[in-house]
Amino acid sequence: MYQLDFTVVIERFPELLVGAAATLGLATAGILLALVIGVLGAAMRQSRYLLSRVVVRAFVELIRNTPFLVQIFFLFFALPFAGVRLSPTTTAIIALAINGGAYSIEIIRGGIESIHRGQTEAGLALGLSRIDVFRFVVLRPALRAIYPALTSQFILLTLTSSVCASIAAFELTSVAQKVEADTFRSFEVYFTITGIYLALSWMMMTLFGVIGRRAFSYPTA
Amino acid sequence: MLTFGPDQFYFLLQGLKWTLLLSAISFVGGGVIGLLVALARTSGIGALQGITRGYIAVFQGTPLLMQLFVIFYGVALLDVSTDPWMAVALAFTAHASAFLGDIWRGSIEAVPRGQTQAARALGLGYIARMRDIVLPQALKISLPATIGFLVQLIKGTSLAAIVGFVELARAGQIISNLIFQPLLVFGIVGLIYFAVCWPLSLLGDRAERMLAAGSR
Repeated sequence: MYQLDFTVVIERFPELLVGAAATLGLATAGILLALVIGVLGAAMRQSRYLLSRVVVRAFVELIRNTPFLVQIFFLFFALPFAGVRLSPTTTAIIALAINGGAYSIEIIRGGIESIHRGQTEAGLALGLSRIDVFRFVVLRPALRAIYPALTSQFILLTLTSSVCASIAAFELTSVAQKVEADTFRSFEVYFTITGIYLALSWMMMTLFGVIGRRAFSYPTA
Repeated sequence: MLTFGPDQFYFLLQGLKWTLLLSAISFVGGGVIGLLVALARTSGIGALQGITRGYIAVFQGTPLLMQLFVIFYGVALLDVSTDPWMAVALAFTAHASAFLGDIWRGSIEAVPRGQTQAARALGLGYIARMRDIVLPQALKISLPATIGFLVQLIKGTSLAAIVGFVELARAGQIISNLIFQPLLVFGIVGLIYFAVCWPLSLLGDRAERMLAAGSR
């Protein structure tokens, strides 16, 4: 009968915490870039040029209907082929940004479309400037509408970042793989970091919840 | 030197067969357990609701790759000789049961309460109420999210490649290492996944539009 032994995991725990911090860094960079892609993409999706709409649509569908693992492998080999030499960790950030960006485009587009034209017209009729109409009548309610979907997507992206270990990017899963290779305690190591991931996603959920309540607690109806 | 020819493509299609089989088993197995999870989650019995709420939260709050690793290496620790492929299938089944359980919990709760009350007033017991009144309506409501999850599951099975299970993504890695044309191979592998997932996504979008039109 196999005896579980967590002592090696406890000994290497500081390393795992460094890995967890690296995962947070990787995910944060990926999320911020994904947000930029999301806003630009959603704007292009509204463009009056057919080509720009078609390109964005194709990008979104292609990314949403292929596995992240295949995307990151493709990028890992495509960048050097295009003459761009980047570290695995930087490559991983770009892969996360592209993947998260595609989902963000759809979410943000939904938010913009949820604001009825009549709202903008009413704002203008009340004498608000165009900028104020955009800030208070379009942007803020749209952000509030998409906030839950967008933040769950960000937490999902953080969890997905574990796949970046497959190109040896520096983050929690790859650190765990190193510890596993040294100690052969596969189950103990992965069981422990599963707990760390759970803690990370709960931390993010709490943080997003607090930010959401502060930013969007104003009366609507 | 080898190049990408019909033999290599055939090898990828063999991988695709395992991807589809793994997805089908996990979806069906996960569907059966997921239904039980959804029923327990909406049962009104405190202990059952608490346990299933925790079960769902753990699967939603951890990476799929870790779920696969923990179950894969966990099964290996038990003193039973199992095929690695059983362990992989078990991991994806458990994953699917939690996500489908939560999707269907939401759909069951979305069925108007009056339906349950009317069924109760007519003297229908729990089983008849669920089977004939609530679940058929919940199924319709859940269709877009269920199809969406199926697409996630098919894509997710690619992670089985990391524990060495030869499905489509792993088949792609093997060919790529053999012929040194990673861009071509992973491009084709991506397109095969796309050919499977995109029609399902379109179907899901259509189900969503029909549902929205029906509720207006």
